Amino acid sequence: MADSVDQIFVHAKQWLMSPLEGHIPDCLIQIVSSLLNIAAVLGVFLTLFALMSVLERKILGRMQNRYGPNRVGPFGLFQPVADGIKMLIKEDIVPARADKVVHFMAPILIAAAAILVLGVIPYGRNMTPFVIDGGILFFFAVGSTTELAVFMAGWGSNNKFSLLGAMRAIAQMISYELPLIITVLPVVMVVGSLNPDKIVFAQESYHFGFVPHWFVLTPWGATAFILFFVSGLVESNRTPFDVPEGESEIVAGHMTEYSGFKYATFFLAEYLGMFAVSGLAVTLFLGGWHAPLPGLGFVPSYVWFFAKLSVLLFGFIWIRGTLPRIRVDHMMNFAWKFMLPMAFTCLVSAAVWHYSGRRLSGWLWSFAIIAVVYFALSLLLDARRKFTPRTYRFAE
Amino acid sequence: MMSPFLFWIFAILMLVFGAAVIINRNPVASALSLVVSFFGLAALFLSLDAYFIGVIQVLVYAGAIMVLFLFIIMLLDLRAEELRKINWIASAGGIAVALALMFQIFSVVEKFPAAKQSFPPLAKPAPDDVRQIGLLLFNNYTLPFQIIGIVILVATVGVIILSRRETR
Amino acid sequence: MITLEHYLMVSGMLFAIGFAGVMVRRNIIIILMALELMLNAANLSLVAFSRFHVNASGTPNYNAQIFVFFIITVAAAEVAVGLAIVVALFRLRQTTNVEDITALKF
Repeated sequence: MADSVDQIFVHAKQWLMSPLEGHIPDCLIQIVSSLLNIAAVLGVFLTLFALMSVLERKILGRMQNRYGPNRVGPFGLFQPVADGIKMLIKEDIVPARADKVVHFMAPILIAAAAILVLGVIPYGRNMTPFVIDGGILFFFAVGSTTELAVFMAGWGSNNKFSLLGAMRAIAQMISYELPLIITVLPVVMVVGSLNPDKIVFAQESYHFGFVPHWFVLTPWGATAFILFFVSGLVESNRTPFDVPEGESEIVAGHMTEYSGFKYATFFLAEYLGMFAVSGLAVTLFLGGWHAPLPGLGFVPSYVWFFAKLSVLLFGFIWIRGTLPRIRVDHMMNFAWKFMLPMAFTCLVSAAVWHYSGRRLSGWLWSFAIIAVVYFALSLLLDARRKFTPRTYRFAE
Repeated sequence: MMSPFLFWIFAILMLVFGAAVIINRNPVASALSLVVSFFGLAALFLSLDAYFIGVIQVLVYAGAIMVLFLFIIMLLDLRAEELRKINWIASAGGIAVALALMFQIFSVVEKFPAAKQSFPPLAKPAPDDVRQIGLLLFNNYTLPFQIIGIVILVATVGVIILSRRETR
Repeated sequence: MITLEHYLMVSGMLFAIGFAGVMVRRNIIIILMALELMLNAANLSLVAFSRFHVNASGTPNYNAQIFVFFIITVAAAEVAVGLAIVVALFRLRQTTNVEDITALKF
């Protein structure tokens, strides 16, 4: 019974496909199968996007001691519908001096990259939309085209704020892509595969019968998870790192000249990117779709995946409600001087953990390595900090 | 293997945008055409069952090299370059040399009888090419791999020294 | 039916396009891009040969793919150094046109 509930979507797809088999050639069946997967991913994540946009405003409202949107529908749940209609019927303005083709292609490319990336994540047992051996590699390869889309948006708009925003966005994305990729390497190294399904399978079963084999529960895994999460915040331009679109400084960065539905597409891409990074974090460090305790295996796997995903998404919202925006140079220094060395330390620490037989001694050694490097880095970076009153060159 | 239809789509996409790189007067348009051309090339790699190389192609070229190009173009603000006059005679000469080279390549390929056979089938299930390349790289090509690492290190140091502003 | 010949032809055409770019264009950045096109034409033919030369165990010959891996790596380093030189040159001369850089011309 539990098994059939777990596999309900897989069976549903097989049932939908069964009348076609034998009637049409194999390549068409493959295409239909891919289209079904795409439709499922799009349906789920566009719904999640709508839900998330209203929930984020509600939660932020609660954190700031006010009501969120509560006029449209019960508890304001139909707010995204109203927003969508508003975005659709707004006038679409393209600047006269803009490069029309580039300006038009940028939102399409950015949304396409965000959606493609969602395809390689395993959402449940046998529920990976797009199975590929180098799934993790594919994720980063497609994800890196976002930078191009941001550049196209900034350059195509022919506006100084857009260009400045794009420069900032690309600079921060390149800087934080390094820690993002390097923190994934320990997991890939320990599992010995770039395939997301194999990474999830490697985190099956439990220590002592109840502690799951998730990588986040090892010292290197915990460090890598935190670094990955912070880099993910930057890559999806979320609040403490939303420098590229800092509205008090450069209007809206690369999105300044976009209006109506194109702006909504950027918004959508930002949220989809957030889902993708959180989904990858769940896959890599939080055991994917495995249950946290052995007795809870009867709950379907996809429920666990989305439960973990929503915890991470709540983390995103929480951080947004808590932290102010970081200054650009601070952010860059943080990436190159702290995140990158720590990411490499995770790699070394994971190797020590793996080759000492994954026992308690290895656990302690890897913890010691990370602690030593962390304190050394803190001391090193702290010694150079000078607390002087800030001097303003262009203002009183 | 991929159907001939897809092969021609991606090959033509790659060639047309490759030509656009050298035809466009605007450097940014050239760079963006080059990106599209590289995507077509990556698709051709996938059609040859070289998944790792295809993904690496997108990761390195679209993700790193082209962003670098665009950044430099943006920094130097090259719009003034568009106004230059073209030297038609020199251009015609260059294109003629390139065409001659292309026909030479064609005539060499024509005289290669084995190339007219179809590609032999691969074992099923499809081999795990990331693993195979990794094993080969770290077993048979260890020294070249390390030399490549040093090349990149030297390039990094060189770039920093070259692009540092002189402080006096 | 797509054979090795088709891939080699396409690769040759791409190489010719890159070559024409190097011959015709006078902007250093475009010349660097055309160089990239030529390198990638070589990559395409290498990968096609790798797929054509299947081992007894039914796997492509991965040696050629490793060459491609090295070419891509070196290309990345080459572009970084090349663009740094372009930036240094631009600071000195305010141009990226090869016709304006004739200091070594006798």
